[in-house]
Amino acid sequence: MELFQIIILLLDATFRVATPLVLAAMAGMFSERSGVVDIGLEGKMLGAAFAAAAASSAAGSAWLGLCAGVVTSLALSSLHAYACVTHKGNQVVSGMAINIMVSGLTPTLAIAWFHQGGQTPSLSGDARFQPITLPFADAVREIPVIGYTYAELISGHNILVYCAAASVPLVAYILYKTRFGLRVRAVGENPHAVDTAGISVELMRYKALAVTGILCGFAGSYLSTAHGAGFIREMTAGKGYLALAALIFGKWKPVPTLFACLLFAFTDAVQARLQGVELPIVGVIPVQFIQALPYILTVLLLAGFVGKANPPKSIGVPYIKER
Amino acid sequence: MTSHNTALELRRVNKWFGPVHANRDISLSVDRGTIHGIIGENGAGKSTLMSIVYGFYQADEGQIFVNGQECRIDNPQASIKAGIGMVHQHFMLVDTFTVLENIILGVEGGARLDQGLAKARKELQRLEQEYSLEIDVDAIVGDLPVGLRQRVEILKALYRGAEILILDEPTGVLTPQEADHLFRILSTLREQGKTVILITHKLREIMAITDNVSVMRRGEMVAHVATKDTNREHLAELMVGRSVLLQVEKTDAHPGKAILQTRNLNYVDADGVQRLKDVTLDIRAGEILGIAGVSGNGQSELLEVLGGTRKPTSGQVIFKDEDITHSKKFNARDLRKIGLGHVPEDRHRSGLVLSFSANENTILGYHDLPAYNKGTTLDHAAMISTCEEYIRKFDVRPPNPHLQASGFSGGNQQKLVLAREMEQKPDVLLVGQPTRGVDIGAIEFIHNQLIRMRDAGAAILVVSVEIDEVMSLSDRIAVMFDGEIVGELDARDADETRLGLMMAGIREKNGSPHAQQDETVA
Repeated sequence: MELFQIIILLLDATFRVATPLVLAAMAGMFSERSGVVDIGLEGKMLGAAFAAAAASSAAGSAWLGLCAGVVTSLALSSLHAYACVTHKGNQVVSGMAINIMVSGLTPTLAIAWFHQGGQTPSLSGDARFQPITLPFADAVREIPVIGYTYAELISGHNILVYCAAASVPLVAYILYKTRFGLRVRAVGENPHAVDTAGISVELMRYKALAVTGILCGFAGSYLSTAHGAGFIREMTAGKGYLALAALIFGKWKPVPTLFACLLFAFTDAVQARLQGVELPIVGVIPVQFIQALPYILTVLLLAGFVGKANPPKSIGVPYIKER
Repeated sequence: MTSHNTALELRRVNKWFGPVHANRDISLSVDRGTIHGIIGENGAGKSTLMSIVYGFYQADEGQIFVNGQECRIDNPQASIKAGIGMVHQHFMLVDTFTVLENIILGVEGGARLDQGLAKARKELQRLEQEYSLEIDVDAIVGDLPVGLRQRVEILKALYRGAEILILDEPTGVLTPQEADHLFRILSTLREQGKTVILITHKLREIMAITDNVSVMRRGEMVAHVATKDTNREHLAELMVGRSVLLQVEKTDAHPGKAILQTRNLNYVDADGVQRLKDVTLDIRAGEILGIAGVSGNGQSELLEVLGGTRKPTSGQVIFKDEDITHSKKFNARDLRKIGLGHVPEDRHRSGLVLSFSANENTILGYHDLPAYNKGTTLDHAAMISTCEEYIRKFDVRPPNPHLQASGFSGGNQQKLVLAREMEQKPDVLLVGQPTRGVDIGAIEFIHNQLIRMRDAGAAILVVSVEIDEVMSLSDRIAVMFDGEIVGELDARDADETRLGLMMAGIREKNGSPHAQQDETVA
């Protein structure tokens, strides 16, 4: 039972760490599938995390915080669209600019508004998303394996974790079974075909980036008002890039991307668990090395094990009607 | 003025791109139920005009009438609504989508795809039968051969209810047989009352299929004639504005000994695909050997291997009786030094550096010759005077050796590349697509230059996807299919049908065409 409990705890942690990755990766799915590189996932998440925590601490409602997070992320995403779609700017530069801007702006505003050295006040009660106990969770806890798994692993997360879980089939449905999804995929592959079919390429990309903004808002809000209890400087810590890596590793497909996110989150959960643990033969591994594991894994996977990925064909290329 | 039998009418359409007057006072009237050809050289404004009709661009002045009603066509949507469909030169298809998904894109008929797809599937069955356009609607478009992709484009237009179908250079990527099939489809469409507008620069197609033809030259409409009242020579003259030789005039070749030979040459590319299979060829002095084939059947790789930019996987390359396959000389630079010139297929990618001036491009590949160097620096005066000499000899316009290569038209760029390679008087000249994107006047000039060089005793290899060009230029023709030479024949014995069958991979056996597949099945 000991080992089983450890595994359940590890998976439980995996889910919690994976949530922002999954939401951000699904967000990036729309942007990248529509042909716009989105390296600015990181900045959008960070901006949303700050806005959510600030609004939540002011209004005392996590839901209002979420709204503020989504609006902020949406605004940043629109800025990206304005630069890359309307003005055909370089998508990587625009994304990077957003990341740098947000990274500087959030602690500045935090210091100006809250005077706590770049953090927001600690959130509690309704200002945070609280764990939800699913029906019968307590009743079935004593049933070995299945009941225990249900009570400990499936139940007891906050609403945004379940949102992330639901987002994957939803995104898959939208991409493959709806008109919007068909057009998003088409515009990322061959915008000329979309244009000649009488659909506005620019409007499609704006729409796709709006969806990206909304989902990123969820991801950022989760960090500061659900997973954490307030905003801390640079609290995204590269999760936006990790989500982008998961998207590439998942070959721009929803379900493989989910598994890539879970894999990254699992190594993170393992590293948290391995810190200070003495392993046979090697002894205690330096904590810095263990913390670096998820990132080392990312590099290794992207460098060697992705195989032949087929990115959307027109990704990164602004659409210009040729003469 | 508009009779009720007119499907499409344009009145005084004008279009400028900056200072360029792309369409000047164009008037055109197309009768319903006919195939109407629009012919003109590259850059005459044909595609621009049709893009205006399709709503891809907007005319600066002028009116468009569809079925006698004036139409404002501001975008493709408006054009589709007016019953106009267009098959673009570069297919407007999403390669990763199925045929069905491509066809409904833009007319999905609801936010959810399932009903739209089901409806389209049924409707397509009807269209396929009516116009005999069979296709597997669940196939991924990227896996289909070009002929079928074009069919998808036609079905796409018909599915949108097109009554007027515009085809822009539809046969550029097709084998002669595929082109014939396309023409049969177009005839069927005409029988069903559809109106077809065919844009092309190939006279053969105009004569073969159209009812009426309009000729464009430098942005203007210069003539409207019924096809039966005209002929190829007359149309060519209208296109160019002066009479041109359609057939290259040349005397019989007097081939000498083989200068460049290949023996069982194989080449496998980085993806492990075998691009050349046991290619054995002799390129003889005083003779033009033409390689015919649908593009992508190994011709490009053959040129690149012989030009020294790719290493063959196995086999031999013999130059002037010396096996150079494993020699240090077998690279693009040293081959040029020992007398092998190479005009690459793609002048933009490999023939020129577009951002360099004409005189800099003049010496590329020969830049270490003493004539262009002064100690450690380049001799700019020598480069410029050489370039001026080439410009004079090859009639390059504008005659400015300082102009960036990108500032010349396609034909003049090609002349610059040809001049550079030909004026070094190589013993062997490899020429890829000598006249791709070059207008008729320049084609004639380039062909004559090649013939002159042959008569001076050079061995010339010409690779072209234009079957007419291969036939009129070559003394001997080899046909490539899937990396192999499927046949070799004397140019005097070649006709389009024979070549076309070989280009489709069907070998000749004992003089009679014989399908390769039959052998493997049996």
